[in-house]
Formats: sequence, C-alpha cells, structure tokens
Amino acid sequence: MKKLLMATAATALTAGTAYAQDAESVPLGILLSFTGPIESLTPAMGSGAEMAISEVSENENFLGGAAVTPVRGDATCVDAAAATAAAERMITSEGVVGIMGADCSGVTTAVLANVAVPNGVAMISPAATSPALSSAEDNGLFFRTAPSDARQGQVLASILNEKGVGSVAVTYTNNDYGKGFADAFQAAFEEMGGEVTLSAAHEDGKADYSAEVGALASAGGDALVVLGYVDQGGAGVIQAALDTGAFDTFAFGDGMIGDALTAAFGSDLDGSIGTAPGSENEGGAIFAEMASEAGIDGTSVYAGESYDAAALLLLAMAATGSTDATEYSGAIMDIANAPGEPILPGQLGDALQILADGGEIDYQGASGVELVGSGEAAGSYAEYTIEDGALSVVGYR
Amino acid sequence: MDLLNAFIVLSNFVLVPAIAYGAQLAIGALGVTMVYGILRFSNFAHGDTMAFGTMATIIATWGLQAAGITFGPLPTALLAIPVGIAACAALVLATDRVVYRFYRAQKVVPVIMVIVSIGVMFIYNGITRIILGPDDQRFADGERFIISARDFQEMTGLEEGLAIRTTQGITLVVAIIVVVALFWFLNRTRTGKSMRAYSDNEDLALLSGIDPERVVRVTWLIVAALATIAGVLYGLDKSYKPFTYFQLLLPIFAAAIVGGLGSPIGAIAGGFVIAFSEVAITYAWKRVLEYTLPESLAPDSLVQLLSTDYKFAVSFVILVIVLLFRPTGLFRGKSV
Repeated sequence: MKKLLMATAATALTAGTAYAQDAESVPLGILLSFTGPIESLTPAMGSGAEMAISEVSENENFLGGAAVTPVRGDATCVDAAAATAAAERMITSEGVVGIMGADCSGVTTAVLANVAVPNGVAMISPAATSPALSSAEDNGLFFRTAPSDARQGQVLASILNEKGVGSVAVTYTNNDYGKGFADAFQAAFEEMGGEVTLSAAHEDGKADYSAEVGALASAGGDALVVLGYVDQGGAGVIQAALDTGAFDTFAFGDGMIGDALTAAFGSDLDGSIGTAPGSENEGGAIFAEMASEAGIDGTSVYAGESYDAAALLLLAMAATGSTDATEYSGAIMDIANAPGEPILPGQLGDALQILADGGEIDYQGASGVELVGSGEAAGSYAEYTIEDGALSVVGYR
Repeated sequence: MDLLNAFIVLSNFVLVPAIAYGAQLAIGALGVTMVYGILRFSNFAHGDTMAFGTMATIIATWGLQAAGITFGPLPTALLAIPVGIAACAALVLATDRVVYRFYRAQKVVPVIMVIVSIGVMFIYNGITRIILGPDDQRFADGERFIISARDFQEMTGLEEGLAIRTTQGITLVVAIIVVVALFWFLNRTRTGKSMRAYSDNEDLALLSGIDPERVVRVTWLIVAALATIAGVLYGLDKSYKPFTYFQLLLPIFAAAIVGGLGSPIGAIAGGFVIAFSEVAITYAWKRVLEYTLPESLAPDSLVQLLSTDYKFAVSFVILVIVLLFRPTGLFRGKSV
C-alpha cells in the first residue's frame, strides 16, 4: 500500500512537471539506431529530424512560442531490450511528448508494444518497412513516413505482370525484411494470376549459392525474383544463376538496386527490372539543398523521411494545441493528406501560420508524404530496367 | 523420357559442382589427416590456416596484377600460390616453435593439443582479419568458363545447358597433381617413409634414428602447402571470406573422419562422400525426374529431401552415423 502511494505520488509529480514544461519547453524523442548495422545512415536521419525541430522551435504560432528540445536515444537496430530501455528513459525521465522513430522494423515493433502504447505516446517511424507493422496494436499512436514492403511487393508484381511474365521463382534474404517482402510479393503476384514456383530463403554471407540456385532452377520459371542485398547473398545467387544458365531474366527489390549490381554483372542482366523507393516530387530537391547548407547529406536514405516524421508530430501538436498524444495523434492524418495548402520543406513556419489562422494544410515534405491505411506512407517507387549494363529509371509508381 | 537432357541437368547442378567441391574438401581433409596421423591431434586451426594461406596468395595476386603479370586464360592466383605457401609455412612453423613444441615436450594428452589448436585458431582468425579484413574478396581473373551454358546449348542443340567453370577444371587438375605428388612423396622418398614410420610407431622410429623434429617440420610444410592450395582453389571457385573458411572446418573434419583419420586415401574418399551427400540431398530432383520418368509419373513437388539451409547438417549426420557404426572410418584410420 505504501509503495502504491509512493508510485501514485511519483506519477502525479512527473505529470505535474510535464504540464509545467508545456509553456516553455517541449521535449521530442529521436529514437534511432546510432549504433549497430545501420549506424552509417542514422546521423543524417537524426540531423534531418533536428532540422525540422529547429524550424518549429520558438515559433510564436507553436504552442505559444514553446521551445522544442530534441532528446536522442539509441535504438541499436537489433537489440529490442536496449531500444525499449532507451524509449522508456525518454518518456519517464525526459518527459518526451512524442517519438520520432524507431528505425529498424524489429525494434520499432518492440518499442511500440512495450513503451509507446502503454505510456500513450505517439511514434512516427521514418524507416520501418515491415508489413507486419501495418496491423500492429497501436491504439492509433503509430505512423510511418516509410512505405510498407507490402506495397513494394505489389508494385514489383504488377510490373512483372505487365511485362507478361507468368511464372517466377523467388529467393529472399532470410530476415524480417526479406520474408515480409517475399510474402507480400507472392500474394500480389498470385492474385494477378501469376505463378510462384518456389519461394526459398538464402542466408547472407555464404561462399557458394549453387545449391540454392539448383533448387530454384528445378522449380523453374520465366524469371528469378531476388529480394536480398546487393553486397551480400543476393549477388551470390545471381552469379550462380548466371553461371549455370538457370535464369537470365531477373527482378530485383530495393536492396538489390545499386551501382554494385551493374558493376559486377554488367550486360549479363540486360532485360531485368527492379524497384526502389523514389519519387519525382520537388520536396526532395529542396530538402537536399537545405540539408547541404546545414552540412548534412540530404540525399542519404531516409533523411527526408526523418525530417517529415518530426515535422508531422510538431504540426499535429500545433494544430490541436496539445502535447497529449491521445489528442494530437488524431490530427496527423489530416495534416499529411489533402485537402489543404501543400507544404514543402522549409515552409513549416508558413504551415504554423495557416494552422493558427484556422486553415488546412496538406503536408508534402521531403518525401511527398501521403499517409494511407493505418497511417503509413503510400510509397512511391521508381521502376528500373537494365539495358546495356546500366540501370535506368523508366518511371514512377 | 529424355535421358540425355536428364544427364545434362544432373551434371550441371550435381555432378560438376560436387566433384569440384569434393576435390577442395579432399585437399583440406588431407591436411587435417596428416596432422592427426603424424602429430596426433585434431587441428581445429586448419580452416583458418587455409584462410591465412589464401590471404597471402590474394595479396601476392594483387601484386602481380599491379605489375601487369597475368596467366593468360588461367587465374593469376595460380602463379601466386608459392608465395602463399611460403607465408603459410612460415606461420605454421613459427606457431609450432612457439606453441605446439612446448606441449609436445610435455607429452600432453591429445585433448589438450586440441584445445591449444582452438586457441591458435582464434589467433589466426584475428591475424587474417587485421591484415585483409573480414569482407569478401574477389581475386579470380582470366577466362571464367571452359564452356558456358549458352554455348553448350548452341553447340549441342539440347534443351538443357551445361556450364563448366575454369576454376572447376583447375580444381580437379590441381587436386590430381597434389594427390599424386603427396602419395609419391610418402611412399617413395626417404623422408616420406620416415614420416610414415613415425606415424605408425613413434618409439620404434626414434630407435631407428629418425629425427622427430625434422619429421614435424616437414609435416607442417606439407600441411601449409595443402591448406593454401585447398584455400585458394575454394576461394577461386566460390568466394573468399575468412568466416566461410572457419565454417569449412566442419565438412573438412567430417571428410577426414568418414574416410578414417590418419589415412590419406580415406581423406580423399571422405571429401567426395561428403560433397556428393551435401549436394545430392539438398538438390531438388524435380527436373531430372521429369526427364527420366514417363509423364504420368512426373512429380509435382520439388523432390528435395532437405532444404538447402540444412547443408551443413548433412555433414553432421554422416559424421554421427560413421562414428556410431564404424568409428575408424571407411579406410580403417585411427579411431577417434
């Protein structure tokens, strides 16, 4: 009983301080994997989010001129326990009112279920693409500015379908990304009447993939769909498939699109296709310019999405005049989508003015934000083909 | 029914890869079996010895390539192998001098030597990673194919293609040369005979005036040569990455034990047994059966006994079966 009393008192105290902070300071969590497998991407992502924060901070139209302070935490990409602890610390000791993050799908799922939902704090992830997150229990608190891989599976399937490819064999890298992508692709392709002869995983980092290719070749198909990494097993699979003459037409997911692909195989891959996130919106170029002025690489993967995630959280708070996630999270979809005045990077001040005047905005941002379904980016993908040993973009979907 | 096409498919996906892989395992297993037969312990550092020898060869290959020296249609790495062997021999001789000799003088039981070799394995592991790093290295050059799948189809007009890579051909030729040279050395030369004598009965060999330290030195030299050649062939044919060489330890030991530890002929047979089992058990037989069986019996499923994920498990299973029913191996080596 004594403990319960103490706990209640402590909660009341923290709640009190959180309210007291509202007037002058709004802490916003930036939960990214600053260590671990994607540590090379996260510095630009973190800086991108902080650019949005500094644009909004102390604007007279933002919660009465409140200052927004970024609070960084390490999500580690692979260690769910460490990510959960970092998020827990942000909320309980720093009192963050929203979290821009996390990045990798596994830790994002863990933080959402164990920290964000129980504490009632909203999260916008700039990089988690696992299809499983679309149906996660989130009480309306989770959004992402990165598209689900399920969407890419559909895009890839429809390109193959339009090219008249009737049957394919699929091989994917054996992790959450590869498995989710392969399942989404298979479902979409079969729905369009295509046949998947075999969907088999491959392990990264092996010396020899001839056994895997042997199985895929036995299953047969007009093309081989490779959903892996170009500097890992994906390249090994292609090499073995070309060597044995098992396949000569391929379809690639985003992990395979890169200069390393054509550098290694050149014109052997002519006629193959691929997809990778990409869009033709003007926001991307504006953001890249703003970022390079601030000394950040704005073209780095997911840097723009991070800017957008932080901007959406802050604009929603401004629109509802509240830092309580249960109140502001409902506004995120309205802000991100039409109708309203389109908002590009660098125009957050204008957006705050419009909101203050009672107008509506359609946030476009650096990545052409359009949230669909349960609050995830609709996703715009570039369609690539390989001709004369070079990758070229033939269109956007 | 189309037996010719069935045979081509089988060759392309089972016979050719398994023969090349088997030859690589056999040379690796010969090294393990030499250490076991003469120095009397299981050398767990063998995989990393291979990685080190290959690394030295790769660096020498890059040197040759930079100097503009190539080997025509053959990989330049073949020219660089002597450098790799020399570097590897220096390493293992130094290790023997600093580490193994100390334990040999104390006449420790073999299991302690095994643990010592695991320690050595970690050191080699680190050295290779410090010098060349943990990443993939490609060092194959020259002609890639003896015959490519497309050329074969055009030449023969058959539906199926057969590809034979240059590296697969080289592997087989080099393996035959190495095995013949090794057997000639062990059976015909004085040093070879003294090594066999030392292996059969150490005390008797010492009584007849054989210098044990010389036998040990020559053994390490041969092991270094075998390890480097096996490593380079594997790296040329597949790809070089230190970690995959560490993983090779299991199939190599399985090959040596299946053939009979200490028996050179057993190591070769064991290498091919392991390679063919791994490839054949994880291969999907659908296409072959489609060609050989009448249409009504053609299978719908892939007819794959085990998923390719379980490749390494095959070596384990064979190892366990052999140890249960014939602990001395196929060719009556020493029991483990």
